[in-house]
Amino acid sequence: MDTNSMSYKSKQFLMFAGVTTAVFAAVVIVPFIYGLYLTFTSWDGISTQKPFVGFANYAATFADGAYWQALGRTMIYSVIAVILVNVVAFILAFLVTSGVKGQNFFRAGFFVPNLIGGIVLGYIWKFVFNRAFVALGESLSIGALSTSWLATTNGAMLCLIIVSVWQYAGYMMLIYVAGFMSVSADVLEAARIDGCTNMQSIIHISVPLMVSSFVQCLFLTITRCFMVYDVNLSLTKGEPFNSSVMAAMHVYNQAFTYKNYGTGQAEALILFIVCAVVGVLQVYIGKKAEVSA
Amino acid sequence: MDDLNEKAARRRKISHAVEIAILIILFICFIFPFILVIINVFKTKADITTNPLALIGEHGFTLENFPEAMRKMNFWRSFANSACITIFSTIFTILLASMTAFVIVRNKWKACGALFGLMIASMVIPFQVLMVPLVSLYGGVLDILNHRATLIFMHVGFSLSMATFMFHGAIFTNVPIALEEAATIDGCTRWQTYWKIVFPLLKPTIATVAIIDAMAFWNDYLLPSLVLAKKELYTIPIATQVFYGTYSTDIGLVMAALLLAMLPILILYMFLQRYIVEGVTSGAVK
Repeated sequence: MDTNSMSYKSKQFLMFAGVTTAVFAAVVIVPFIYGLYLTFTSWDGISTQKPFVGFANYAATFADGAYWQALGRTMIYSVIAVILVNVVAFILAFLVTSGVKGQNFFRAGFFVPNLIGGIVLGYIWKFVFNRAFVALGESLSIGALSTSWLATTNGAMLCLIIVSVWQYAGYMMLIYVAGFMSVSADVLEAARIDGCTNMQSIIHISVPLMVSSFVQCLFLTITRCFMVYDVNLSLTKGEPFNSSVMAAMHVYNQAFTYKNYGTGQAEALILFIVCAVVGVLQVYIGKKAEVSA
Repeated sequence: MDDLNEKAARRRKISHAVEIAILIILFICFIFPFILVIINVFKTKADITTNPLALIGEHGFTLENFPEAMRKMNFWRSFANSACITIFSTIFTILLASMTAFVIVRNKWKACGALFGLMIASMVIPFQVLMVPLVSLYGGVLDILNHRATLIFMHVGFSLSMATFMFHGAIFTNVPIALEEAATIDGCTRWQTYWKIVFPLLKPTIATVAIIDAMAFWNDYLLPSLVLAKKELYTIPIATQVFYGTYSTDIGLVMAALLLAMLPILILYMFLQRYIVEGVTSGAVK
């Protein structure tokens, strides 16, 4: 058997990777390219005709004020949520690696929100914000709680941020825990002998050695926050007065509710590019800050 | 000197106590929403409205929310749909991705490099960029939406890249090539070598991929909602939405539905907790 012949190679490749290549192409590659084509057509989702319209969809995207508002809102939300998620996750990771009793139990508990889909989480918190907090506010007569936060413009954004922090902190905590574990005990011991306090050794030893954990967590949270949809849909549905419509929801509505598929696709593409640029830039900057012991 | 040591010991004790206190407070904050659902699910609708914070409602303990919620969200049907879609998608992903990773790791062919490169690059593409063309192609051109098989096909397509990447790493580092050579000398074909030698060695990675993907498939909302528009095909996340479609929301039913939607995965978590936590971490760190 000639293992260098073309027919052997292609037979082997098709045997092991043929189905994968076909499925991957059919679900990811072809739709991606077809999606690029769709941005140059105007399609209403029903007709078999997809008239070619050139750059009209991109022009419509640039003229779509609601889209840019949603994108700006998504940026503000992402910045706040990403920072808070990582701060909370880092604190949690520190607490559950400091050797307290039952730390595995705590780790498992903080992770629970990640087991459940965004739709269900959003509905749970909708109940918490609309009913439980209001009841708490009324019984303790706390003015700030007596009306639902979800009913006001800034409140809805705040709710979305709270839920996102709660949702992702446990997951990121696990990555930071892995980071804390990877800092060798020798280095920390040396720092302690040299007179470092706990706080100092975290800031000057652990954190610099954990840069790769930070890069990873930031990348994951940035991409997730930018593309937030499920929680947005079930928690606020974009209300009140469309003030909490995030970019992904706007894209969905543009395409599937208003049937502007071409424009929706162009807007999705721009959202993707913005997200990718921010994510890659973050990784690039983060990698430069990495040090080794 | 003793005095100093004692002081240090006391300080450590105090900081330890503070840490535990903070942990417990945070822990309560984290599970508070779940506890609220659990205490309210056993109350009547009126009791929930009057006081959602009470442990037991005025009308006492009730199970009346469950049968109605299960009927309305067609629970067993949705559960079966979710289970079927999750199981088949996961199995196909594991089989296809591990086979692909094997041929990619062991051969320096151009096709392998090209496929792997495309897969890695495609991991940055968010679903939102693909949803319109998917609906357009599979709905408009092929007209095969509203089948569970179509959703399974798409789930597999989307998860192959990540899974192949993980199997690639596992085969590269954990499968000794000498073992494969020995099998070849003993007369195994590549196909036999793969199934008899390599695949069994991949068990830990199979478990990791199975956990990550099964959770993602089970909880996925956006893709299923686009593919499955018929009521009898709804998965659990889609089915929980029926309670919010109408004008007035029956909050008792909502509580029951949310608990029912969470329960299967929480029960699994109780038994497989260690594996799930480990699996998700090792998946993320790669």
